[in-house]
Amino acid sequence: MAAQTSAPIRPLKTSAELALAETFAAARTALPGGREVAAQRAAAFDTFADAGLPHRRVEAWRYTDLRALMRDAKPLATPPDAQAKAQAATAGAMLAGLGARRLVLVNGAFVPELSDLAALEPGLSIRAMAQALSDGDALVSAHLGKTVSSADAVLALNTALMGDGVVVHVARGAVIARPIELVCVTTEATPVATFTRSLVVVEDEASLTLIESHEGPAGVAYQVNTALELVVGAGASVERVKITTEGSDAVHLATLLARVDAHARFSNTFFTTGGAVVRNQLLLHLAGEAISAHMGGVSLLAGKQHADTLLSVDHAAPAGESRESFRAVLDGSSQDIFQGKIAVRQAAQKTDARMLSRALLLTETAEACNKPELEIFADDVQCGHGCTTGTLDQQLRFYLMSRGIPAKEAEALLIQAFVGEVVDAIGNEGVRTALTDATQAWLLGRE
Amino acid sequence: MAPLLEIKDLHAEIAGGRKIINGMNLTINPGEVHAIMGPNGAGKSTLSYVLSGKPGYEITGGEVLFRGVDLLALSPDERAAQGLFLCFQYPLEIPGVSNMAFLHTAVNSQRRKRGEVEFTSPELVRKVRELGKTLGIDADMLKRPVNVGFSGGEKKRNETLQMMLLEPYLCVLDEADSGLDIDALKVVSNGVNAMRSPERSMLVITHYQRLLDYIVPDVVHVFSAGRIVHSGGKELALELEATGYAQYQNEAA
Repeated sequence: MAAQTSAPIRPLKTSAELALAETFAAARTALPGGREVAAQRAAAFDTFADAGLPHRRVEAWRYTDLRALMRDAKPLATPPDAQAKAQAATAGAMLAGLGARRLVLVNGAFVPELSDLAALEPGLSIRAMAQALSDGDALVSAHLGKTVSSADAVLALNTALMGDGVVVHVARGAVIARPIELVCVTTEATPVATFTRSLVVVEDEASLTLIESHEGPAGVAYQVNTALELVVGAGASVERVKITTEGSDAVHLATLLARVDAHARFSNTFFTTGGAVVRNQLLLHLAGEAISAHMGGVSLLAGKQHADTLLSVDHAAPAGESRESFRAVLDGSSQDIFQGKIAVRQAAQKTDARMLSRALLLTETAEACNKPELEIFADDVQCGHGCTTGTLDQQLRFYLMSRGIPAKEAEALLIQAFVGEVVDAIGNEGVRTALTDATQAWLLGRE
Repeated sequence: MAPLLEIKDLHAEIAGGRKIINGMNLTINPGEVHAIMGPNGAGKSTLSYVLSGKPGYEITGGEVLFRGVDLLALSPDERAAQGLFLCFQYPLEIPGVSNMAFLHTAVNSQRRKRGEVEFTSPELVRKVRELGKTLGIDADMLKRPVNVGFSGGEKKRNETLQMMLLEPYLCVLDEADSGLDIDALKVVSNGVNAMRSPERSMLVITHYQRLLDYIVPDVVHVFSAGRIVHSGGKELALELEATGYAQYQNEAA
């Protein structure tokens, strides 16, 4: 698009917005990338500046008023020192049994010495994003910011300030059996902000399992803004799982932009237990015909945690099948938001899309908001959505107890079954087991 | 011999204040099979729920001793560990919980509470398979979620399997013949009869005499308006089948 000359500029107002503008002004020359990337950053910051931090009058952010929730902007994290790296060495323990190839980001920076870059399978290549941006990497130039278009302010902020991340390429036809785990850890005891950006391109007929985990210290109000762009080629198969176990005071904002081509199989599952405010936004563009896509999510929240999932599935071609299945278990005064939209374009005849979001309230003060949307322009499709919010079934609880199972265990069995409706659909058995165990640990930690 | 169960002048209300159990007395000795018969709405199912501790009922008077312990002071899981088993009239479906995992958790919860050694998975699987065979429950039914998609007969056979595995002292069978065809009734009855022993008692709640052809009681009670109004031997069941409950309802009033 040609340069806009008279875009209405809403002056940045809040202290967080002003601090972000200062951060960008101070950091822009030092951020990685050549002239093209610098222009991309500047344009993205303008997008952010036009909109400001999202607030409740922005429909996609209606239930997560970031302007109110993010009172200030933390300083950019500096590159990790030896101590930070040592602390990060044990990160991602939840999936230790998986034997995945670990790629570790500490305080937003890729750390090669903590990462497993040995004996890469044929067809697999991995680079640090900062380096790729500086080099003018062809893959990055071809795809970054181009997978799925979005004017979202938080994504724009990520583009403006993106520091490091990984670039993964899987060549045509390469089947990478060993999962890749992107371990993102914040170690700083004083609050910092990180802006990580990754790009994963899986070419036609290739396959990959990609796990991403995010963790950090409790009691530190750090801020994570992370984005992943994912390209799934024709006939390719990609399973992605994102695990968010951030520290108790963290604000975690994540965007997944995924473009999927014909006959590919793609699944993405969110598993969230940590963070004060967590936003997972997923924009999925099903570009080719006969794609099978499974989107899932589990939020296990307590205290005053607030988690928000925004899902947008764009069926642009015929005969696609998508399943969207989300579950939230809410303890304390926690809140879970699910906004899911399935759009079926006129060309996307024979689409079969089904979305179900269910929330389980364990207390009277927990809150769930469900907003499913269908937007259908084709006439020969099957689309459905449903959402439920309820409490544990007391009849079932009694039935289990009448067999000798104590109340807590009976509840745990029922909650595990509820969560299992999503977790059991994950293809990788090790991940399934790890998430089942994590659910059990969460249940045991309930007060 | 000390009684297994003693119900003394029991009064209970459903939450909201409607009186359901109204001065009930009953003593069951070890090894005895008692049948409770009565018209719909007499409070028979409520009795089974009050004994097993279902929430939503208020005990307004009397006491229940089970193996010498104040049963009403225990939570439902503690009652089960004491050896009380309620065979549900309509067993519930539990999506997402496999039958085998459910049995494993139940039996080991009880054993743990009683200070007994827990079963290992292989031990339990072997035991469950053996019992399952006698009830026509195959490996597939054990893998499936508890009762989900089971027919009425399969659900009742599954209840019987739980009962056989948990080896309770007192089995309360609430309308055990509901939803059963004659073949399933025989399978379930055979399972129940196989469990009869000098230490184990049964309380069979039914409004048809039919079930008592298969599970033959030592004592038959007529239950009306929340209490036992008449008791007799097994022949009383046949008499009731011929004359109905009307005379006893008058007796209660």
